[in-house]
Amino acid sequence: MRPIHYLRCLIGVALREWLRFLNQRGRLFSAVVRPLVWLAIFATGFQFVLGVSIIPPYETYIPYSIYIAPGLIAMILMFNGMLTSLSMVYDREMGSMRVLMISPLPRWFLLTAKLIAGVVVSVLQAYAFLAIALIWEIEPPWYGYITVLPALILSGLMLGALGLLLSSAIRQLENFASVMNFVIFPMFFASSALYPLWHVKEASLLLYRICQLNPFTHAVELIRFALYGQFEPISAVALVATTAVFLALAVYGYDPAKGLMARRTAE
Amino acid sequence: MTVPAFAVEKLGHRFGQRRALSGVSFSIDPGEFTVLLGLNGAGKTTLFSLATRLYAQGEGTIRVFGMDIQRQPLECLQQMGVVFQQPTLDLDLSVEQNLYYHCALHGLSRREAAPRIAVEIERVGLSERRRDKARQLSGGQRRRVEIARALLHHPRLLLLDEPTVGLDISSRQFLLDHVRQLCREAGLAALWATHLIDEAGEGARVIVLHRGEVRADGGAAAILGRTQAPTLRAAFETLVEERAAA
Repeated sequence: MRPIHYLRCLIGVALREWLRFLNQRGRLFSAVVRPLVWLAIFATGFQFVLGVSIIPPYETYIPYSIYIAPGLIAMILMFNGMLTSLSMVYDREMGSMRVLMISPLPRWFLLTAKLIAGVVVSVLQAYAFLAIALIWEIEPPWYGYITVLPALILSGLMLGALGLLLSSAIRQLENFASVMNFVIFPMFFASSALYPLWHVKEASLLLYRICQLNPFTHAVELIRFALYGQFEPISAVALVATTAVFLALAVYGYDPAKGLMARRTAE
Repeated sequence: MTVPAFAVEKLGHRFGQRRALSGVSFSIDPGEFTVLLGLNGAGKTTLFSLATRLYAQGEGTIRVFGMDIQRQPLECLQQMGVVFQQPTLDLDLSVEQNLYYHCALHGLSRREAAPRIAVEIERVGLSERRRDKARQLSGGQRRRVEIARALLHHPRLLLLDEPTVGLDISSRQFLLDHVRQLCREAGLAALWATHLIDEAGEGARVIVLHRGEVRADGGAAAILGRTQAPTLRAAFETLVEERAAA
């Protein structure tokens, strides 16, 4: 197998993910509408409750809707990452996972291809959201739409790798719902998505520390700075490291000889 | 000497305390159509899962054209076409999209894939349904697509795990004839797992698997001779009872 075979495989997996996404119109609809609901209702209601002072990367006082936009973009990436892994659990139950796993390409590559395919779909949804968010006057500088791309990709990879890891540990679809509740909501709320961390620090130092350790915070911050053409190195390093750890654990989890699949088959 | 297309030696597997396979040894030559006959729970699917690396292999060896599946798993998978017991088509994709997806997983370009898909889909008589969603096909048609798919990367060994489960008589016969023809004309080796005795047919080599052990291996006539049974069904029942009595 030469590099071209790897590339063809990657394109094939990405194309399948895309076709599945197009077939599930409800998924596209909810992926974009969910953050818009937050923007239209939550942000409007909360902008008089939560004051946002001037914090980088913003150079002036900003409406709350602008503050939470990066968090909502990260939310799209997270939901999509989880849905991709949900599709992995579904594929495994339905048998189509077997088709992927008997490909003569290494398993780590197949999982990475699946991850990248999910990220492509995520990033397109994030841009769709940014386009609609113009209605709410969320208008980053024009170059922000370009500089945010690497941040979206890196954040998408981290959240997708987390989803893959979860899918390797989950045996049935039913269990997935509870994991979603225990992962998505805590990650989202214990982050800088909805409120600046200095606000959190005033309320609880412990929660502040948790938020700092939460990789989702780093996804939000990387996107926030990137939207204004700025680079947030700590977040970038944190995301690269967590992506590597999550993906390595997921590959381990999908290894029939070692990880959780071995334990599952032994039961 | 011909290198066997598929050879297992002293293959064993456990699920916790329960032994699913024990000391299973046999080999299949290129061009040979072999029926792996066993009741549900005999260990057929476990054997297939080990051969396709879905389960980690513990005891024994599996070789595909002389290559050890543990040492050269990717080379082995390249030689193998697999039809699983569980349906594995993506029902929301069209027949053609499912087949292109498989080709991509095997590193084939669209240009290489297109003629192969045309040939295989024609061979199973579903050219006109190629743009239909897999969901719109009947159970038998889906199986045919799965067999077409298993052949797209030109494997030399075909593993089929209960491919006829839930199909009507004519669909079953079509699949059987199709795979036998592939063995005869294309020199493909096929291992056809089933619990349906009549699928063994005359002249086929039959391996009887029961409770994880090989109970008999040979031509249908040889098995009849050994068990002194008038029919293959009676022979099978004798072999299964022998084990139960033991």
